[in-house]
Amino acid sequence: MYRYDEFDARFVNERVAQFRRQVKRRLAGELTEDQFRPLRLMNGLYLQLHAYMLRVNVPYGTLSSKQMRKFAHIARTYDRNFGHFTTRQNIQYNWIKLEETPDILQHLADVEVTAIQSSGNCVRNITADQYAGRAKDELADPRVYCEVLRQYSFLHPEFSYLPRKFKIAVTGSPNDRAAVAVHDIGLRMHKNQQGEIGFEVLVGGGLGRTPYIGQTIRKWLAPEHLLSYVEAILRVYNMLGRRDNIHKARIKIIVNQMGIDKYRELVDKEWEATKDGALKVPEEEIRRINAYFAPPQYERLGDATDLLQRQRAADRAFDRWARGNVVEHKVPGYAIVNVSLKAPGKAPGDITADKMDAVADLADRYSFGEIRVSHRQNLVLVDVKQADLHALWRELTALELATPNLGLLSDIICCPGLDFCSLANARSIPIAQDISQAFTDLDELQKIGQFTINISGCMNACGHHHVGHIGILGVDKRGEEFFQLTLGGSSDQHASLGDRLGPGLPQADVPAAIRKIVDTYLVIRQHNERFLDTYRRVGIEPFKGAVYGSETQAA
Amino acid sequence: MALIKDGKLATDAFVDASAATEIPAAGPVIVSVEQWQAQRAALLTRGTPLGLRLRSDQSPEPIAADLPHFALVALEFPKFRDGRAYSYARLLRERYQFNGELRAVGEVLLEQLFFMLRTGFDAFELQSADPLRDYRTALGDFSVWYQPTGDGRPTAMQLRRGGR
Amino acid sequence: MIIANRLADGVVVFLDPGEKWDPSIDSGQLIDGDTEAERLLAVAKRHEAECRVVDPTLIEVEIQNGQPRPTAMREAIRAFGPTVRTDLTEV
Repeated sequence: MYRYDEFDARFVNERVAQFRRQVKRRLAGELTEDQFRPLRLMNGLYLQLHAYMLRVNVPYGTLSSKQMRKFAHIARTYDRNFGHFTTRQNIQYNWIKLEETPDILQHLADVEVTAIQSSGNCVRNITADQYAGRAKDELADPRVYCEVLRQYSFLHPEFSYLPRKFKIAVTGSPNDRAAVAVHDIGLRMHKNQQGEIGFEVLVGGGLGRTPYIGQTIRKWLAPEHLLSYVEAILRVYNMLGRRDNIHKARIKIIVNQMGIDKYRELVDKEWEATKDGALKVPEEEIRRINAYFAPPQYERLGDATDLLQRQRAADRAFDRWARGNVVEHKVPGYAIVNVSLKAPGKAPGDITADKMDAVADLADRYSFGEIRVSHRQNLVLVDVKQADLHALWRELTALELATPNLGLLSDIICCPGLDFCSLANARSIPIAQDISQAFTDLDELQKIGQFTINISGCMNACGHHHVGHIGILGVDKRGEEFFQLTLGGSSDQHASLGDRLGPGLPQADVPAAIRKIVDTYLVIRQHNERFLDTYRRVGIEPFKGAVYGSETQAA
Repeated sequence: MALIKDGKLATDAFVDASAATEIPAAGPVIVSVEQWQAQRAALLTRGTPLGLRLRSDQSPEPIAADLPHFALVALEFPKFRDGRAYSYARLLRERYQFNGELRAVGEVLLEQLFFMLRTGFDAFELQSADPLRDYRTALGDFSVWYQPTGDGRPTAMQLRRGGR
Repeated sequence: MIIANRLADGVVVFLDPGEKWDPSIDSGQLIDGDTEAERLLAVAKRHEAECRVVDPTLIEVEIQNGQPRPTAMREAIRAFGPTVRTDLTEV
């Protein structure tokens, strides 16, 4: 993984010193809260319900065991012994003190981690496929370009005061595990006729109050032009994006208002003037960064097919986990292991400091010291020997990190909600807990098959509910919590936004509604198709009828 | 309001008439785009330096051809978080080769000075109790940066290759 | 009652009878009537300008079993901690 050189290290240390100064000025009254707020946001610090919340970047979801141990240390020393992994591959702490934040940021800088621009009206954490560099279906490792973009975006003097936040995601695989279609800029790697790797550039995707699927602004972009083209997109957005209404300020609004063709015209005009200038990415810089992403020293192994077959036949529980949470690796003899943070009844994405240390330890012993964070709020060990799977599984089970529900109904994506977040209208975690506890039968989960449930506590959609097979949105109705369901969303390469099922349901009715939807699906489905495919085939009526009956419930 | 120009406290040579109903008969003056377009011929006969003040919703593109007439362009930051002028500044310097005084006006504060310097501003109506101290503080915040702008300072990438 | 976050550490605090800020809602000053509310809110805003607290607001509370309790769930969560992970309400 990327290691800071002297310039990167100097930069982050200077940034910490700058923030220390800004905190001092704020506490001394030299900065008002209004003037200070964007500064602290651009260092990842929110003021939330209980205290300050610090959001720390995990760039493109890649973490070392050393960094994970530092996360545990921060949780223990400065917070309440746990952290929360988010839908943008970041980690959040909920009880942070402003006056301690410069020290925390220094601790993080010491292990090459930052909270720079994890919030604010600027370019946020660049996210990627959690299996990057390891998946069999991958064209190329996207992370080198994520790193190029990360450095480019940090304290960009022109784009630190955009109309609104700006999120970029990159996928190197045609199977999009990074949700690029619902990002402000989405990058999909393709090969052109000459077999060269380049990017399809999508723009104007996003969730929140007005969700949109991104549109292709450019079919193929050579990597050397990545920065100049992104700069052109950002410049047009910075100059023309709306600043009169924060709910209409994202790039998706302006792209859809003027149309993609017009936006492309403006970008291309801007790009013509800059494409061969100082932003061209030199081949040697790509090579330099690529060297950091070189694969580890794999042993020459064959696939351990016979061994695994025997182990799986002997142990039903291991079999389930191997089938569900283990993914094929491009190197023979190795496997990708998903570490589930979705045990029934737990808050999705939460992990205690002790377990962070334990995962760091497992990473060192089983996976070359590297950990990935998935936007689905699980962790991944990407380089596990197939022969070690059974031993690793036993250790994960003891830690309650082996729930075999990856991609299944109880692998819920859930924002922190009203329990933590000052933006929320309703609590989201109790819903996730109720649902996961209503569906604990592992055989049933596997029978139901691929199923994503996404829960957001408000319209900001940090739980990505628009792109869940079932999306659940918490709303406040006259002081009571109600939950609106949507069906048929998807964040992969066939992205779609969910359709509203009907009026909001009270909290107590949600698990039963899920049950009714699932039961209906199991009856209607053909040839073991996924729920999403059944939905796309039959539409919403059967499910509406199942949940609401023949009359619409007055909610 | 203190004016800092080229790193020093300065007295403003210009009168800002951009919001006034009457433009002073003589002397260096800053006008708005609307005033420029309405009184262009008259303004050009003054023989004293002219300045142009752009609001944050006014891109320099429509007046780019007129830039040779102006010794100064002032870009507004109505709120410090309205970041449009950063793009305008870069266009003025890097696209349109404007070499006159590029002045930041409006809510201009210490904590955004560094970005303004990098995007091409060289004069600031700084809201501060100690503007020179704030200016020097901002200048000293960073010794390394990633993005090339028109300021010519080497980026980390360039430094890696040996300072080219 | 008036609620705010302390600036330096973000802790949720309540304006107490001595016009100081206390993390426990039990110590908060119960406010009756608009005049008193206006006066104390002005005090709180002054404290905000003095960089002691952020965003002081007047919230509705009721007395349940002798203890003040915010009527809105959001404020109750601020006063008593998250409804999930109840092991975390105390440091």
